[in-house]
Amino acid sequence: MPITIRVNEVEKSVDSSPDTPLLWVLRDELDLTGTKFGCGMAQCGACTVHLNGQPIRSCVTPVSVAEGSNITTIEGAASKAARAVQQAWIEREVAQCGYCQSGQIMSATALLTSNPNPSDADIDAAMGGNICRCATYVRIRAAIKDAATQLVQGA
Amino acid sequence: MSVTDTNRRNFLKLSAGLGAGLGLAVSLPASTKTESAATAEKQDSYEFNAFLHITPDNQVIVIIKHLEMGQGVSTGLATLVAEELNADWSQVRIEAAPADARRYNNLFWGPAQGTGGSTAIANSFEQLRKAGATGKAMLVAAAATRWGVNTADLSVNRGVVSHRGSGRRADFGELAEAAALQPVPAPETLALKSPKDFELIGQNLSRKDRGKTDGSAIYTQDIKLPGMQVAVVAHPPRFGGRVTRVNDQPALALPGVEQVISLGNAVAVVAQDYWSAKKARDRLEITWDESEAFKLGSADVMARFKAAADQPGVVARSEGDSDKAIKRAARTLEASFEFPFLAHATMEPMNCVALVSKDGCEIWNGAQLHTGDQYAVAGELGIKPEQVKVNTLFAGGSFGRRANPHSDYILQAVRIAKAMPGTPVKLVWSREDDTRAGYYRPAYLHKIRAALDEQGLPLTWQQTIVGQSIVAGTPFEGMIQQGVDPTMVEGASTLPYRIPNLHVDMHRVDLGLPVQWWRSVGHTHTGYSTEVFLDQLAQMAEIDPVEYRRRLLQDHPRHLGVLNLAAEKAAWDKPLPKGWGRGVAVHKSFNTYVAQVAEVSTGPNGQFKVERVVCAVDCGIAINPDVIRAQMEGGIGFGLSPVLMSEITLDQGRVVQSNFHDYRVARITDMPEVEVHIVASAEPPTGVGEPGTPPIAPAVANALANATGQRFHRLPIKVS
Repeated sequence: MPITIRVNEVEKSVDSSPDTPLLWVLRDELDLTGTKFGCGMAQCGACTVHLNGQPIRSCVTPVSVAEGSNITTIEGAASKAARAVQQAWIEREVAQCGYCQSGQIMSATALLTSNPNPSDADIDAAMGGNICRCATYVRIRAAIKDAATQLVQGA
Repeated sequence: MSVTDTNRRNFLKLSAGLGAGLGLAVSLPASTKTESAATAEKQDSYEFNAFLHITPDNQVIVIIKHLEMGQGVSTGLATLVAEELNADWSQVRIEAAPADARRYNNLFWGPAQGTGGSTAIANSFEQLRKAGATGKAMLVAAAATRWGVNTADLSVNRGVVSHRGSGRRADFGELAEAAALQPVPAPETLALKSPKDFELIGQNLSRKDRGKTDGSAIYTQDIKLPGMQVAVVAHPPRFGGRVTRVNDQPALALPGVEQVISLGNAVAVVAQDYWSAKKARDRLEITWDESEAFKLGSADVMARFKAAADQPGVVARSEGDSDKAIKRAARTLEASFEFPFLAHATMEPMNCVALVSKDGCEIWNGAQLHTGDQYAVAGELGIKPEQVKVNTLFAGGSFGRRANPHSDYILQAVRIAKAMPGTPVKLVWSREDDTRAGYYRPAYLHKIRAALDEQGLPLTWQQTIVGQSIVAGTPFEGMIQQGVDPTMVEGASTLPYRIPNLHVDMHRVDLGLPVQWWRSVGHTHTGYSTEVFLDQLAQMAEIDPVEYRRRLLQDHPRHLGVLNLAAEKAAWDKPLPKGWGRGVAVHKSFNTYVAQVAEVSTGPNGQFKVERVVCAVDCGIAINPDVIRAQMEGGIGFGLSPVLMSEITLDQGRVVQSNFHDYRVARITDMPEVEVHIVASAEPPTGVGEPGTPPIAPAVANALANATGQRFHRLPIKVS
């Protein structure tokens, strides 16, 4: 029985079994490979996408849970906050290996969407679930602050 | 006292080792030409040399011979070419080189292509500037011919060739076709720029490894080829286990599953997608033969090391008479240091795409030891190394893991693909597979004994290092000379401090576990033991730790330079809040000098936080200061994990940890503020990927000692 999900504003009918994690539906069935596999147990955040605007770990979210919801992946991240975050990421040269950065950007975007002026503690709370083994954390923090400033000024 | 710098020598040995082990001849067969030609054919680009292509639409393509794993190497290498070409940075893009040791070997490694030991920029510094200068000369010659003018009247600036007299101008794209046909100038006729004329080197140029903020960058994990299948494997519960029997029926009964393949030391499930393969893998019923398997626990391993440490070891360095001196010393100090196994835990778990066909084998991965991997795959398949085509992708981290002399996961992918010729197979390890597959930074034990003279300065230093050799039994075994494995003792055998009686020895305890280099190799442990112990000597002598180091480093101006810069920028003498501590460490690795000052705050129940790190680095000419800063920040963050929480332990041979919940690593909440200062230098550039890591652990431990009075001789640190 196909499952219908809405990904990046486009309706998709997928044939995966209902227990398949959303991550693998996105990657293997819909070829949206920007969302990354890191741990498979919601420990690293590399697979972060938005489900109805909320950041979730797609590696532990069965596709059946996402049925009828709006999913945004890095490929479809186009909100004002997402663009500000991506721009700040580039200007700060945050990425090293880059593998975790889709997840970092999705988490940071969700943070700034709900909290336009985050404190260091807010950033820690929102980003603590996203591991970066290149340890780009100093720049992630700075880039989130840059994006926040940009959003306030641009508003 | 002078300390011989063994780093360069190590690489020569390494190349000798590679040559011997892999049976490489200095000149490799000319059959890699097809790959080079394939590169050249891409969208009408004109090949100037192995590293430079220019397209008619004015793009400068720099061929990157080293693996981009996040260290910024593609930006650095492209800068070297663009500098001498006088290209505009915005027209430069990058492309990974094929595996072709004839054209793309690491010049420090002899006839082998590969990335490691923080050598990428250093070995390429002259080679790639010459590649750029060659291109520029050919563009100028083409313009001179076209316009009928003298080359002397032409200048090249930001991607445009212009003629002084007539004001005629042409961009590189317009000239590319004709220029590529010009005679290649002899290398000796090329005059490279003097550093004062550098326009791109030394600038914070934007990185060229793009696509990392919009999901478009492609890693091995993202490869999808027509007809491709996905393989997931079951590994034995203990290292060395072998498959006895497999009941694959429950697995094969699941939808999407193609086949189950026994590999002897693993069982692979091949399916149409990852989740189908993973579910089926979890339903395999496998009986393992563990008669030859490794069954010791971590404590057993350390007990064996301790027994070995009591025996005389193989001498790595000996000066003066440390035994005699220690007997007449005023004060002595002794300590043992214990280091656990560490996993690399790259964000992208190990993976490889392989296609075996009648013509050979093609692989797609974040290739780090191209030549070694080619030989390993060729050996497995009974084909020639040049029949192994390697497509190098961005690596989602490596930290040494992808430079495996055993080519472990690559061979695994190839063995699976061999069973299904004509079908591309993507091997994907889960995080648990990756964490438990070994190739760890080995566990080590160090014992150090020292004595102080009447002034409190070290009179003797005796250090014994015990552990498993990384290079023994690999193509790199040639690095071991007179029984001394430099990857075990580097950093201790190269101790820069002025100590009249110095003795460093080592014991190899060959456990047979799969072990490997881990960002900064031997320096991961020698940097810690030497800098913590020296700090303890300073404390015993009641001399300030920075001042103590200064007195002992008078013959080492570059060590002194980074030490003084870090101390000054950190305001070393400025008082700290109550409960805080400050510590310093200075360490040279891979010919780069790094000093770090760490500040920690302490709380109740042994809690502490690394608040701030000030880092000074001397890596010669700074090609891209921002990339250097990024590598220092990252090296510090990477080096914090083993201080704070990371540890692989064995329980009767089984790896206890499996994923990020129990193999914990530093998160943003653990990351201090980091300030990086680069020493201005005219020396040739050295690497920055690894040298940022060794000093952070001892700097933090010394800061904690300053705050709590406790010393820490085992990692990760536990404050009592």
